[in-house]
Amino acid sequence: MTAAILDYATVLLILAGSFFTLAAAIGILRLPDLFTRMHAASKAGAVGAGLLLIAAGIHTGDAGLAARAVAGFFFLILTSPVSAHLLARAFIVTGNRPDLSRLRHRNRKGEGDSPV
Amino acid sequence: MMPSRSAIAYALILTAFWLALSGSLTLLNSLLGLAVSAGALLVLRGQLPEIDFRIRPIGAVKLFLLFLAELLRSAWRVARLVLMPRLDIEPGIVAVPVGLTRDAELTLLANLITLTPGTLTVDISDDRRVLYVHALEADDPDAVRRDIRSGFERAIRETFR
Repeated sequence: MTAAILDYATVLLILAGSFFTLAAAIGILRLPDLFTRMHAASKAGAVGAGLLLIAAGIHTGDAGLAARAVAGFFFLILTSPVSAHLLARAFIVTGNRPDLSRLRHRNRKGEGDSPV
Repeated sequence: MMPSRSAIAYALILTAFWLALSGSLTLLNSLLGLAVSAGALLVLRGQLPEIDFRIRPIGAVKLFLLFLAELLRSAWRVARLVLMPRLDIEPGIVAVPVGLTRDAELTLLANLITLTPGTLTVDISDDRRVLYVHALEADDPDAVRRDIRSGFERAIRETFR
């Protein structure tokens, strides 16, 4: 009984993690500039990878491995904002500006196509 | 020479990571972790910032729960935005005035903002009073500011002291 519950929890976590990872990948393709892409890449990615790690931890049922999975999630959370912040800052400092050309206000007025 | 309060705190944090990563919670392994941490701290002596604050446990737990809730809520929102056939976003950079002063508090706030999908800390002003935050939905800059001030900033204020 408990084993079945753990299996279902694992399946749900893996599905949710895969969904967020897929959303992150699609976001990187569709969003218009570095800033908006970082939103998808660093965050939905961290949530997706975090859920997958926790699923692995639960599935093994081994406390040592579960602790390692949680530590992995923690390191991911600790490091991913630093890289996102550095990339965004480098982008600004080198003189780039957000790309606003493909956004909503254009679509609202019905001009142009919807972005990608 | 007595180790400083900061050094003891760092040693305990490093030992906790050692135990989590080695995955075995025995007395012998704890002592080994403590010894390795002490050696690492000896090498890094003088390069780590002093820990000049105390953490309120209840505040820390609240902050962590708030973070998990925000993370899931906004991960879902960004996933939906990205999967919609029409890309309904209004990105922009918002200046968010903050009232926190310690390095640790500002770092934590900036990282929490970056971690929750939809907002991303780009930079901090030279006088350290304003965070520049990129938001996916910046059509209402005041809402972005309000969310951060009454959410993470307040929770951090209640955690540190």
